[in-house]
Amino acid sequence: MADLRIDFAGVRSPNPFWLASAPPSNSGAQVHRAFEAGWGGAVWKTIGAPVLNVSNRYGAWHYGGQKMLAINNVELISDRPLEVNLREIADVKRHWPDRAVVVSAMVESKVEAWRDIVRRIEDSGADAMELNYGCPHGMSERGMGSAVGQVPEYCERITGWVKDAARIPVIVKLTPNITNIVHPARAALSAGADGLSLINTLNSIVGVDLERLEVTPSIGGKGGHGGYAGPAVKPIALNMLAALGTDGVIGGSAAPISGMGGISNWRDAAEFLLLGAASLQVCTAVMHFGFRIIEDLCDGLSNWMDAKGFLSVAEVRGKALRGISDFKDFDLAFRAVARIDPARCIRCNLCYVACNDTAHQCIDLIAADGRVVEPYSYDARSNGRQEAVGSRPQPRVREQDCVGCRLCYNVCPVEKCIEMVELPPCRESVTWDEISKKQPEVTQDWEAMERYRKAQGIHIH
Amino acid sequence: MPHSQDTPLAELLPPLSEHEALVEANRCLFCYDAPCTHACPTHIDVPRFIKKISTGNTLGSARTILEANLLGATCARVCPVEELCEGACVLGAEHKPITIGRLQRYSMDFVYGGDVQVFGPVRATGKKVAVVGAGAAGLACAGELARRGHAVVLFEKRELAGGLSTYGIIGLREPVAVAQAEIEMIRRLGVEIRNGVELCRDVALADLQAQFDAVFISVGLGGAPALGIPGEEHIVDGLEYIEQSKMDAGMLRVGRRAAVIGAGNTAIDCATVAKRLGAEEVTIVYRRSESEVSAYRHEMEFVRKEGVDFCFLAQPVKVHAPEDRVTALECLRMSLGAVDTSGRPAPVAVAGSEFVLAVDQVIKAIGQQKPPLAQALGLKTQRGYIDVNAEFETSARNVFAGGDCIRASGVCSTVMAVQDGKLAARAIEKRLGS
Repeated sequence: MADLRIDFAGVRSPNPFWLASAPPSNSGAQVHRAFEAGWGGAVWKTIGAPVLNVSNRYGAWHYGGQKMLAINNVELISDRPLEVNLREIADVKRHWPDRAVVVSAMVESKVEAWRDIVRRIEDSGADAMELNYGCPHGMSERGMGSAVGQVPEYCERITGWVKDAARIPVIVKLTPNITNIVHPARAALSAGADGLSLINTLNSIVGVDLERLEVTPSIGGKGGHGGYAGPAVKPIALNMLAALGTDGVIGGSAAPISGMGGISNWRDAAEFLLLGAASLQVCTAVMHFGFRIIEDLCDGLSNWMDAKGFLSVAEVRGKALRGISDFKDFDLAFRAVARIDPARCIRCNLCYVACNDTAHQCIDLIAADGRVVEPYSYDARSNGRQEAVGSRPQPRVREQDCVGCRLCYNVCPVEKCIEMVELPPCRESVTWDEISKKQPEVTQDWEAMERYRKAQGIHIH
Repeated sequence: MPHSQDTPLAELLPPLSEHEALVEANRCLFCYDAPCTHACPTHIDVPRFIKKISTGNTLGSARTILEANLLGATCARVCPVEELCEGACVLGAEHKPITIGRLQRYSMDFVYGGDVQVFGPVRATGKKVAVVGAGAAGLACAGELARRGHAVVLFEKRELAGGLSTYGIIGLREPVAVAQAEIEMIRRLGVEIRNGVELCRDVALADLQAQFDAVFISVGLGGAPALGIPGEEHIVDGLEYIEQSKMDAGMLRVGRRAAVIGAGNTAIDCATVAKRLGAEEVTIVYRRSESEVSAYRHEMEFVRKEGVDFCFLAQPVKVHAPEDRVTALECLRMSLGAVDTSGRPAPVAVAGSEFVLAVDQVIKAIGQQKPPLAQALGLKTQRGYIDVNAEFETSARNVFAGGDCIRASGVCSTVMAVQDGKLAARAIEKRLGS
């Protein structure tokens, strides 16, 4: 059995899964229940400045019958009195000494305000605090949340205030609503942050009501951008996580990163760990299905780790970062082509139309007698199950023309039907960077490129 | 369409709810050059109409269906989808095929349940076409021509249009109201329907040829053939039996123990009606074995669940009816011999094997005779059916024909008739030069 325990900047928990600072961790009663279900920790819903909330605060994006591919919200930080929250935090921590209780905070950008909240959080017995520099709506209008996270100098200054006052570990939560995530992350670390967490929600308008012709959800006829989260944001989160892990300064530091953004199951969790996360935070999936999902998060992760021979979460951490690279360093001679397994193929022809209309026109439809046929080539009088199925052609990749774009692989609805097959390279390995250095003219001039291609035998389909 | 299941012959399947339709529509893979579309005789772009359901464009979905098949509401209910679209679904091999028929009904119900206008007005071409016979082929041909601006008069000998959809398909599968709503739509496309007019009896083909630029004949088939056995006058005709069950089920005499002769889909329907309307025992009597029945497999399964019995390898030879009251059907045991002209093993009587089934009603559903008009019209025929070329034109110029009356080979079905009507309309239009 793999050891799921983690130590995150001195904060320990029996598994890497923490409730993210959000509605699921709004109250002591909820966190108690989450811990009973097995959650390793909870980042308390942000406490700090006084707020009031509105109705119709969550929107969602549904796709193809799947509910909540993403959620968006205009909910603010905790609207419950500070004292109540602090009392419940203390109570939860007293009952659950082995779990990570982290308190998210956001106050006005004044040194006294931050010092005060640090003292109160420490008095509650919390294990750590998380500085919310991420909320993209409401609080940012008041100079808090992402208004801080988007300006590295503010990140650094406020983190510095907090670190001056705090004895418990300080985690800085970053906003993804920024061009380069590395800058605020470095700023936070240079001010002494003990760890980082990302991503907070993305700016979004989740939809427009086609009846009322107004954005949704409608808050008394008004609406606007809200924080976007859930399965749809996972790739964005992974990219930002990897950007931190591969940054020399951040990756080289000892500061751990708590990963979040669309983690819905153990597979997502493993991916975050492999790209460098040391703990994992979950919100939307819990809001969709409840605290009970923790069981498979732990069980699935543990089984996968066993199968892969990982003994601890720390061993998994960052294992996939080694392959993160820039385009300029990719091997231009690497060759893969798509191959369709006729035994698995159900002949839906989705690969065919995708390739033919939008990629490189290298899938043919092959009739039973081996001829290449056009789609819709049956006679108007032909009909019936037997004729339709019996005469249905088989899609086949013309491998010599396949550029290995991998679109067909992605659209195929059948598991393991289309494989990307690695072929021996036709020429020596070379990267764009190497060409740029050895033959810069090739990268700057189309005629030089043409000569280079001829010499190398590169045929553009 | 309003749906109620409170009578024994009410439509069997309930409509899909919006939620059911969306879930099912989202399951469709949206195949390209989809096999369901190929398998459909009218080649409805099935993935397209299903995708439109999933996006909430039900009107567009309905239009997609109707552009390929004006009788989409009937076909959604009566098509043997297992043999056609659903049977060809790529999800059928390892999963459940998409319930295409029911999704089609969902979009059609949207049109007919909500009085939705799918097609807008068109500019008149000044061309006139007569269509004879308001069954599936005639309605489809008339509708296709009308929505291209041609003036169409549709002649129908019976009181109601719709042919077998109205009179011959049991209410379990298609209520009369569905067929009538579809006919109303055809009427709104501009088709003038004249009921009670029979070709040769009330109007001559020559008159039609003189008054119209083209004629389309879709008169269907003739009545049931005679069995030629003693007591035949006591046998009820299957199609009349079904018709009565649809027009006025209360007036239909249903036996306590009924025998149905034949094992085609009409026989199955007759047995179903009898059973549902109170017959205690219903036996389908067929002279060949189960492997030779022409009814669809799913129909056989259905009727067995209804509690209908089968008596295979039995040839009726006499109806016992002392004092005009049916008491028994006498049969001979049969065995299977060499393959005959129908391509199936010929039933051979076993001498001395007479036995009787104690029944008080005998219904026959042994197919329909070749179209009697085929000869009377003086058109060239093929095996007793009206002969047409690839463009559905008969031996008389500008006289076209389609539907069951030309089906010298192949299976007669509503959807095939619709495709005939549609293709013939295209051929007629080409001829009319517009």
